[in-house]
This record gives sequence, C-alpha cells and structure tokens, in this order.
Amino acid sequence: MSTALLIEQLLNGLQLGVMLFLMAAGLTLIFGVMGLINLAHGSLYMVGAFACATVAAATGSFWIGLAASLAAAALAGAIVEILVIRRLYERDHLDQVLATFALILIFSEGTRWLFGSFPLYLDIPPLLQGAVPLPGGGQYQLYRLAIIGVGVVVAVGLYLMIARTRLGMRIRAGESDREMIAALGIDISTLYTVVFALGAGMAGLAGALVGALQSVQVGMGEPVLILAFVVIVIGGIGSIKGALFGAILVGVVDTMGRFLLPQALLFMLPPSQAALVGGALASMLIYIVMALILAFRPRGLFAAHS
Amino acid sequence: MKLIAAGIFSAALALSSTALAEPVKIGIITTLSGGGAGLGIDVRDAFVLAVEQSGNEEIELVIEDDGQKPELAVQIAEKMIQSDQVDLMTGIIWSNLAMAVVPNTVAQDIIYLSPNAGPSALAGANCHPNYFNVAYQNDNFHEAMGQYAAQNYKNTFILAPNYPAGKDSLTGFKRFYTGELAGEIYTQVGQTDYAAEIAQIRASGADSVFFFLPGGMGIAFMKQYAQSGVDIPVMGPGFSFSQDVLPAVGDAALGVKNSASWSKDLDNEANKRFVEAFEAEFGRLPSVYAAQSWDTANLILSALSKASVKDKEAFRAALKEADFESVRGEFSFNNNNHPVQNIYVREVIKEGDVLTNRIIGTAFEDHSDAYAKDCPM
Amino acid sequence: MRPALSREATVNAVLALLLLAIPLAASAAGQTFYVTLATRIALLALAAVGLNIALGLGGLVSFGHAAFFGLGGYAAGIMATHAFNSEPLLFGLEASTSMPVIWLVAALACGVAALPIGAVSLRTTGVYFIMITLAFAQMIYYFAISWPAYGGEDGLPIYVRNSFPGINTATPLSYFLLCYGMLILGLVLFRFLRDSRFGAALQAARQNATRLSAVGIAPFQIRLVAFVISAMITGVAGALLADLNRFVSPSMLSWHMSGELIVLIILGGKGRLFGPVAGAMLYVLFEYALGSYTERWQLFLGLILLGVVLFARGGLLGLIAGRERHG
Repeated sequence: MSTALLIEQLLNGLQLGVMLFLMAAGLTLIFGVMGLINLAHGSLYMVGAFACATVAAATGSFWIGLAASLAAAALAGAIVEILVIRRLYERDHLDQVLATFALILIFSEGTRWLFGSFPLYLDIPPLLQGAVPLPGGGQYQLYRLAIIGVGVVVAVGLYLMIARTRLGMRIRAGESDREMIAALGIDISTLYTVVFALGAGMAGLAGALVGALQSVQVGMGEPVLILAFVVIVIGGIGSIKGALFGAILVGVVDTMGRFLLPQALLFMLPPSQAALVGGALASMLIYIVMALILAFRPRGLFAAHS
Repeated sequence: MKLIAAGIFSAALALSSTALAEPVKIGIITTLSGGGAGLGIDVRDAFVLAVEQSGNEEIELVIEDDGQKPELAVQIAEKMIQSDQVDLMTGIIWSNLAMAVVPNTVAQDIIYLSPNAGPSALAGANCHPNYFNVAYQNDNFHEAMGQYAAQNYKNTFILAPNYPAGKDSLTGFKRFYTGELAGEIYTQVGQTDYAAEIAQIRASGADSVFFFLPGGMGIAFMKQYAQSGVDIPVMGPGFSFSQDVLPAVGDAALGVKNSASWSKDLDNEANKRFVEAFEAEFGRLPSVYAAQSWDTANLILSALSKASVKDKEAFRAALKEADFESVRGEFSFNNNNHPVQNIYVREVIKEGDVLTNRIIGTAFEDHSDAYAKDCPM
Repeated sequence: MRPALSREATVNAVLALLLLAIPLAASAAGQTFYVTLATRIALLALAAVGLNIALGLGGLVSFGHAAFFGLGGYAAGIMATHAFNSEPLLFGLEASTSMPVIWLVAALACGVAALPIGAVSLRTTGVYFIMITLAFAQMIYYFAISWPAYGGEDGLPIYVRNSFPGINTATPLSYFLLCYGMLILGLVLFRFLRDSRFGAALQAARQNATRLSAVGIAPFQIRLVAFVISAMITGVAGALLADLNRFVSPSMLSWHMSGELIVLIILGGKGRLFGPVAGAMLYVLFEYALGSYTERWQLFLGLILLGVVLFARGGLLGLIAGRERHG
C-alpha cells in the first residue's frame, strides 16, 4: 500500500466528513436552539439537489443552480417551519419524530409528483473538473477538494456568526435559556424560523454539492440523514464543535474501514471471503464506534448542556 | 373497402383464437412509488400498451404498487389471489420481492411470469412448473460480461454490493472470466460515494473494471469514475446503462461496454414495432425492463390464443412453447422455465442528444443458466 | 375520571369485537383476503403492544424495535429452513416447526439481544436513547443484509407455514384466530404489568426518576427489565408475521419498520392498553384503502399522520374515549 493511496483515502474520508458536517451542523443547531429532532432534514438535502439539477439544466450553469439550491432549501425550510414545525417545539420527542417522519413521506412523494420517477442529471462545473497532484505521486480530484474548502468556509463562517454577530448572540442565548431571550424582547418565532431556514439551507447546499457526484433521485436524503444523526450523537447534540469533530471522525472511520478492513482480513481469509466479511464489517463499523462512544460518554464527546 | 377488410381480418382472428371470448384477469405487482419507481413504470406501461395493441378486450388488469417493500408485495399478492381471484400474476422488479411473493403464489397454483429478476434460488432445485421467467436468470448478464472480459482483458478489477444479487453477479462473472483479478470489492448496499473504491482501482494496476451497482448506486459510481480521470475501461451488466438511468449518468457513460438480452437496435420486426409504439405512446425510449414486460404480455397473449387459462395444464404447455414474436429475436424456455436466449454486448452511444445503446457483438448464443441442471422438471 | 375510564373500556371492547367479527364474517362470505388483512393488523398490534411497554409505560422511545421484530421473524425463518432441509441447528440440536418452540426461541433470542442493547442504551436518555437504539438496529440490519447463509437482502422464504398442535395453521381463519389469541394474551400481559408493582415503579421512573431512586429503587434495572420484556413480545409478533407472510427479510429490520411501530402507537394513543390495536387497524386500513386508490398513497398517508400529531394529540382513542389518564 503506497503513501499516495493512503493520503488519497484520508482526503476521501475528510471530504465525506465535511459533507456530513453540512448536514449535521443544521441538525444540531436546530436541536440546540429549539430542542427539535428533525427527521425531515434529509428531505431538505433532496430539495437542494433537485433545485440545483433543475436550474442547472435550464440555465446551463452549475453556479446558478447552486445558488438556487440554497434558496430553495432555505425557503422550503422556512415554509415547513411556519406551517408545521413551530407547533412541535413544546411537544415531546416522540411527536417530533412522528411528525417529521410524516414530512419525509410528503416530501418524497411530492418531489416525485413534480419531477417524475426517473433520476435527474447534474454534473460538476467545468471550472472544477480535473485533478491536482498529491505528494507521493498520486492525484486528487479538484471538485472534492473544493467540497472540503466549502466545508471549511462554512465551519469558519458559522463560528464567526455565532461568536460575533447579533444573530449569533441570540442563538447562544436561545441555547442556554429560552425564557431569557423572550424576556429580552427578542422576536422568538422569527429567530426560530431563521435558524431553521439556515439549517435547511446548509442541507440544501450539501445536497447540491453531492448531487453532482451521485444520482439526484427521490430517497437520496435518507442514508445521509442516518449518518448525520450518528454524527451529532457522537459529537454531542447541540454542539457545533461536536458536529464538526463527529463528522470528520465518521467520514474517516467509514472510508478507512471500507478500504483497510478487507485488506487486513486477507491475512486470515481467502480473497473472496475477505472481501465479503470485510465489507460486512465495514458497513457496521460506524455504528459500533457510536455504540462504544455512547457506552462511555452517554452524552457524546462535546455535550452542550450537562 | 379498407374497413371491410379490417372487419374480415378481425373476424378471422376471433375464430382462430378460441380463448378470446373468455375473460382473463392478470395481476401486476410492481414498484410505482419511491426511488425505484422508474423501472416499475416502464414494466407497467409496456404491459398495458401490449395488451391494448392486441385488441383483446377480455383481459382485465389489476395493477398495484408494492413500494419496493417485500411485506407489502406479499399482502398485495394475497389480495390478488384471494379477493380479485386473478388467473395470472406478473410485474415484480426486485429479487427480494420475488423471493417473498413467488414461492407462495406458485404453490397456490397461480402461474407467475417474471418480467425482471431471476434469483438463483428459484432456478435450480426449487424451480416450479407455475413459475416462468421471461427475463433472465440473475447471473446471465454478468456471465456475458465475464465472457467478453475473458476475450479482451487479462487483469480485471471487480466490484458489487454486499448482498445476494451482488455475490451472484461476481460469481457469474468469474464463471466465464479466465484472466487474473486485480481486486475484488463488496460495497455497502445503498452506498453513494465511491471515492475510496476508485482510489483502489487506480492503484491496483488493473486493465479493466467490471461493476454491478443497480439503480442510484450505479449512477453515482459512473459519474464519480468519469470525474476521477481514471481511464481504465469500464464494463458492466446492462442495468446501469439502461434507458431509464442513462440520462442521469450523462456523457460519463459514453463508450462503456455492457451486456443485455435486448437493445433498441436489435434488427427484427417485432422490436421495430415495439420501439416505435412505445416511443409514440410515451414520448421516451423503452428500457430493457419495458422490453421484457412487452415480451411477457405477448407470451401470455400467445398462450391465451391456444388454451384456456382455466385449464392450467394446457395453459402451462402453451406458455412453455413460447410461440410469440419476441423483441429479442429467438426465445425459448429451458427445462426450468427460464429463457434460452442470446446475450449481446452493447456500447453506449449518443444519437443526437440522446444517450442510448447499440449492439457491437454477441457474447452468448442460445444461452441458458447454470442452475437448470439442478431443476427436476 | 370514572366515566372516561369506563368509556375507554367500552371502546376497547368494541375494538376487540370488531377485530374478531370482521374476519369471521369475511370468512363466511368467502372473502379470505380480509382475514389475512385482519391477521396482519393483529400481529402489527402485538408488536406495538410490546413496544408500548417500553415506550408507553416506561417513556423509553426505542427507535430500534424493528431489530427485535426482525430477529423474531428470522427465528421462525431459520427454524423452518433447517427443518425443511433436515439440517440440525447449532450443536446438533434438531430444528422444530412447532410454533410454541419457535416462539420460545424467538423470545429468548430477542431477550438475549435486548439485554446488552438495553444495558448500553439505558445509560443514555432522551434523544440519545432514540438514536443509540436506532444505531443498534442499523448494525443488525446491515449484518442481515450481508450475511449470506440465510438469504441476505433477498430474504428467506418459509415454504411450509410452521405448525401449532391441534390447529391447522394453513387455513387463514384458524391462523387468524391463533394470532388473535396471542394478541389478547399480549394485551392481558400488558395490563397485568401496568397494574403490577413493577409497572407502578416503571411509570414512576418515567415521571420522576430521582424520587424513585430516593426510595431505594434503581430506575436502571426496572427500565432494563421492561426493555427486555418489550423486545421479547415484539419478537414473538415478528415470528408470527414471518409465518403469515411465509417470508422474512431484512426490511423487517429497517429503520422504516421501527418508525412504523412508533406510528402505530401514537396513531392509536400512547400508553393506552388498546392504543396499538386502534393504531394498527387504522394504519393498515389507510395503507390498503389509499394504496388501491392512488399510487401517491404515501403522500396522503404522510398528510394524515401529520394531521394526527398536530390536531389529535391523544391519537384515535384520545378522540373517541377522551383524554389520556396517567398515574
């Protein structure tokens, strides 16, 4: 195994992690501020991908599509928040799970109604095609590097927003004490709508970025949703830092597991068997990691409240 | 004048087919909602169109959506058998749903005809006189690619999802492939990012890649493979290059060799009529699933003109003769009621703006499957 | 409170009678499909009765009960397959096609699985508990998909339905009656548990865990026992459902199935004795009626579920039998 391949796989893990962070940051923010579990977050990811593919096909520009994905997902998020979600803040988690489960069904079939049953086409923009050389003789795809870049920008942007801006101050206040911000005279329902739309926008952005790599189709959000939940639970629900750390941990562990486990088993099993058993273990790996972490730290690595 | 001729013609047709007057109920369970709906819609559309075009008005279709859930498919099958009292059943796309429905259906003496999916478990020792597969045995397309690879390459990298159809796929490929394996990977079911696998392919020194990744998995793999700049030639079974997914894969698929029992440019009269009629009716090109479903409908129609569907024994015999004009050309049934047919190697090309396939060779002539010998029929 | 209570009891009796009478009438009229539909309702209800012990009484929102539902199903499938092929199970044990034996195996397997899963998961609370139970179920799901011996994702057909001494399980009506009997047994057990000292402690642990520890009862152990019993009941329902479908596959283990089980309880009315029964009746009827009416049925199902959560908080039983009573 060469160093170049190892570096490439680490970058792949990092890229997967960054993508998960875009999803997980919204989920954890929404949970931190409003105390809501949103199973429909994957649907907003799907909305972003469909908006990007449709607009890119109509205008011929990926970049306009990307802007459209942000706008469409944020708008869909705001609408859903106003119509449905805000009635759920005072409910227990059970009602939230059920209502957002229902939203998944509505979003999926609604999207299929609008866009038909066949997957849509979306390609990476010409500007980002090609690869860059890596130390050690390998190369890495420019577009995936760009995704890592977007993740870093979003992470820094979120940090600055929460630490420095008025909105961030309100979010922090909302996380620590909900009654207090109402007492401060802040319009709490607008704040909640904005936070929800922000999370939705990030999910939509992730959907559009990833849509160019894979297939834009109904149901694409569900596998990512489950992974994003694993991420925020590992990181500690409500903690953005935890989401970042958890996302990168899950991304790297998953990628390296898929890559290394079958090879490690080659020492014990014939090639076909090693590939089979290794593949099976790799698909369970992140759940095992999550169970181990929660067994020792029941509130995740960076618990926001204790 | 024309009208009279047409009248005489249809009267003659009515006389020749004794069973035409008898009502027949056909149950179609297929996937019409969720992510895999595109395949089921092609199967439904082609079947309905074939029945319409036959002019046989005694056929009643009961069509239900299984949502790609085995439990729901079982429930619908029970309803069709017990409540609608269908004579025949067809339509299922996925192997796992077929495994859920078919054994119980055929055990209740209902004839089931598969327009897609041919799990090995139903082709060998557990074959059944009431089960007819009009599509393929699951291994067939992969075997054809193995044959093609054996002739063209020496060091192939192979990958498939980690589930039974994936294992059958790689087993089928290896059954005919004689060269070295540069690597063998089982990916996660539903996986959408293949960067790690593509990096391994790049590093493996392979001279070719064979992959079986149905549905969205294949779209994701092909796009990422093309974007990664790896230029090792790719091949796979026709599912990932079928008309329903090609638009989503885009130019990344151009030039890829794939295998199927059917292609829209297959040169026979029945196929020309089929492609023309399908395109005229639905405004899109048919997929291999549509072709298989069209054949299923025409097989049923041919048997109906020979025997009554109430006389199971005679009707099974009429089906087994496979006396219909297949869009795949020569078509007959083996002892296990699975097809004996040609499997072609196709190449993805562009016709104007539309991606589609053309045939570049024949991998197997009159190919059957490896499990028929275990079937006691 | 007294009138509401007796009203709920009346509603319960009506539901129980309906679920019995409709298949009997359908069977007499030759409409066997409705018998099958009723059997499905009874089994989904039984699975949800199991979950209701953890979720309704203990407040433990398990988002991974599909794991036990599927494990039970696989117990039936694996036993039937081994018996069909005359292969011994582990350690040369003979496989059995007798349902009581299979149910015992299913319950034991689920109990053995639920003990470590519960022990780890119950260290967490709230959302963490929801998510860690989901993670465990996903682990088992992926294992089932990729484990080749019993069909993997293709699932495992049961060629001949398993048998029950003295009953011909192959006829729809007698199999329904068997399943109905098991549902009633499950409901009796639920009621017994709810009204027992154990049930009182479990409900107290939900409402105020600190106070419970103060009187010297450890909430952890009570919850663990409830979680295990809950898993065992759901597992037996899974074994019965596998025999109804004559098929078991990993989709029984998927997170969608866990979600559906929760949906049944909330649809009917959380924590209520007959909540799962009402929920299962409503859900299966929706699925069936909408499914034959439109292929967009999932959209309408979603809208209906949403309507129930937002506007009918006590579920169906809350609507017809009045507000929930607790404590």
